[in-house]
Amino acid sequence: MSINLIVLYWNYIIVIMLMMAGLYIIISNQNFIKKLVGLSIFQSSVFIFYISLGKVSGGTAPILTGIEDTVYSNPLPHVLILTAIVVGVATNALGLALVVRIQEAFKSIEEHKLLALKKEDGLKDIQIEVSKEDRAV
Amino acid sequence: MRDNPVFKIVSKILFGPIIIYGLYVQFHGDYGPGGGFQAGVIVAAAFILYSMIYGLEEGRKLMPDWIIRLVMALGVLVFCGTGIASILLGANYLDYSPFAYKIYKAQHLGIIIVELGVGLTVFAVMLGLFNAFAGFKPHK
Amino acid sequence: MLILDNIPALLVAIPLLASAVVSLLPSARIAWGFAFITTLICLYMAFELVGIISSTQALSYAFGGWEPPWGIVFVLDSANVYLVLLVAFVSVIATLYAYTMLAREIAVEDLPKAYAVWLLAIASLFGLAMTGDAFNLFVFLEISALSSITLIALGAGQDRRALLAAYNYLIIGAIGATFYVIGVGYLYAATGSLNLIDIIDRLNELGTNQAAITGLAFMLAGIMVKAGVFPVHIWLPAAYSYAPSAVSSLLAAVATKVAIYYFARLLFGIFIDITQLVDFFLLYILMPVSILAIFYGTIAAIYQSDFKRLFALSSIAQIGYITFAFSLNSHSGISAGFIHIINHALIKGALFMAVGIFALGIGSRATMSSMQGVGRQMPITFAGFVLAGLALIGVPLTAGFISKLYLFKAIFETGNGFYVALIALSSVLSVLYLWKILEVMWLKEPVQPLKIDKEPASAYLPVWLMVGVIMIFGVYSGDVISSGIGAANALIGAR
Repeated sequence: MSINLIVLYWNYIIVIMLMMAGLYIIISNQNFIKKLVGLSIFQSSVFIFYISLGKVSGGTAPILTGIEDTVYSNPLPHVLILTAIVVGVATNALGLALVVRIQEAFKSIEEHKLLALKKEDGLKDIQIEVSKEDRAV
Repeated sequence: MRDNPVFKIVSKILFGPIIIYGLYVQFHGDYGPGGGFQAGVIVAAAFILYSMIYGLEEGRKLMPDWIIRLVMALGVLVFCGTGIASILLGANYLDYSPFAYKIYKAQHLGIIIVELGVGLTVFAVMLGLFNAFAGFKPHK
Repeated sequence: MLILDNIPALLVAIPLLASAVVSLLPSARIAWGFAFITTLICLYMAFELVGIISSTQALSYAFGGWEPPWGIVFVLDSANVYLVLLVAFVSVIATLYAYTMLAREIAVEDLPKAYAVWLLAIASLFGLAMTGDAFNLFVFLEISALSSITLIALGAGQDRRALLAAYNYLIIGAIGATFYVIGVGYLYAATGSLNLIDIIDRLNELGTNQAAITGLAFMLAGIMVKAGVFPVHIWLPAAYSYAPSAVSSLLAAVATKVAIYYFARLLFGIFIDITQLVDFFLLYILMPVSILAIFYGTIAAIYQSDFKRLFALSSIAQIGYITFAFSLNSHSGISAGFIHIINHALIKGALFMAVGIFALGIGSRATMSSMQGVGRQMPITFAGFVLAGLALIGVPLTAGFISKLYLFKAIFETGNGFYVALIALSSVLSVLYLWKILEVMWLKEPVQPLKIDKEPASAYLPVWLMVGVIMIFGVYSGDVISSGIGAANALIGAR
């Protein structure tokens, strides 16, 4: 892999490094919250990928400036990423809510402790109820 | 945090301008970076700042839970309702051209209304998330 | 007329609006009534849509008046209109079933919000089935995943493992969806368009393009996660077995099927003319994986004692049958796959609903030890359960026989006897686990009295409606067969 290729495609190399870092965190880390952080890093790498796809050489940001003959970068990837960011926020929020409930139900959010619990077959049979005044919304 | 005078005063001074900035971002979504999602988060940040300094109960008194749920649903109704209004006026779903006589004004009007819906829902969801997480009491 | 012109948009917009309204309603009964009426309206619109497509063959609905390729379109042709009808029908039956069953498994003050998320899931399934834009599919994919996760996590009131299953599904589903987005990015970089039909034209101009093929690979990987194809199905057994019974039946019936439809559309509708790699993928990767799925699902089901988990593993095997039919890469293979999509949705929906009623009857989870003799104590539900089980293994006069028949027909056309032997062997193995269940439930003496006085009629009525449709499709199967052939025609042209 020549230095020429690295210099030409440095943005894609960063995207791939972030992607792999995110995936590695999801797979290897034992804490449920840190897995969600890894997921967030993985999704951020995809956002950078899209936006760097949309860049036109010599193009400025895709906001109308009123000056004629300006070259704009492609606005479509920016719009797609806005949507994807919102989706990522919703996924994160849902994941964190689940982690809070898991902590309450199992008293632990470490994967190895939960796997050990599963081996002893102690995962079942506790019913959790949240009474009305404890509810938040 | 409520006994610290610096926090109290700064948060009271900043509360209004943050909301105004949020509205600025909302309505300038057509001309620059901004729009419904960003504005909703900024306005929610003002309320969250208030809740953080003065406590969750005060924050709940300022914006009760039932209003948050209502605004969440209201935002979705505004957005989808605009689409249904387009259908009732004879065009496709979310086609803004029947809203005004000139096409440029019609698109402008349509986008502003749907972004308003998005802003309302995002504001309510962010505030509701904060209240739910901060107010979570584990069942003993 | 206003409604008829805009049905594709209304099929998504009306459940979405209803979801917002239902989340505000105070009482569970009013919320259920609102949800049920919404699903009935969607069923009516789906029937109208089938009528329109049978006369015009294809429909393209441009959102916001922006014509393709600039705007987002919903495309309906004979491949997906029957899927839309299936989703509408299953959602009506599942909502009817949820009246009793969801109310008994979730706290009553949570029910309006649960119905709101339920309607959101149904809206996203309609959107998934109809959309013709690659990125719009990602949005609907994520809405479907998030609402399914919320619905699955609602089962935590009965069994706290539902939370872990939901978390697992969240992580794996989000990775899959992000892979899909990466694929769309590559495809957009190669072709400059997101509209599926426009992509076909541009790829034909470009010829074999490395970026497009990479994009296809990522997109397929992402869709396979959602569809529950063998190596990436890991989230499926836990998620379906710990969810509330109404949620299990809705998701097991239609959620994976819509993803498989899109999988077929990507492979056969868009990429098959572009590259030889699709043929390679179908023959050397999808076919072994499908056979592994069939045998893994069936054999694991034989050794499984928990009923819901057993049927979830059986779902994996049945999805293996569908992907096996697709991997035969022929017109009859694709039609067999689509026929089995419809039949399996009905069968699995009925089975999960019946298991839910049994679990309600004894007050705890349905396992081999707790279900002894329950068939004698709840005969009406058990009769429907038996008929659905017979359809699962492919007994004649049921819909399952039609799909097995067309699968064998497609295999005979390839002339390979090995495949015939494999499918026959797996059918015999599936008889094993069904026989275990029937023996435990009918031939053993009941060990405990039921916790309920009599079987709730509003719960076994949906089961019998589904079973009735399964029997009708077993005898008057012309419609289903022509829908499968029409789907294959729409994807790869008449043959």
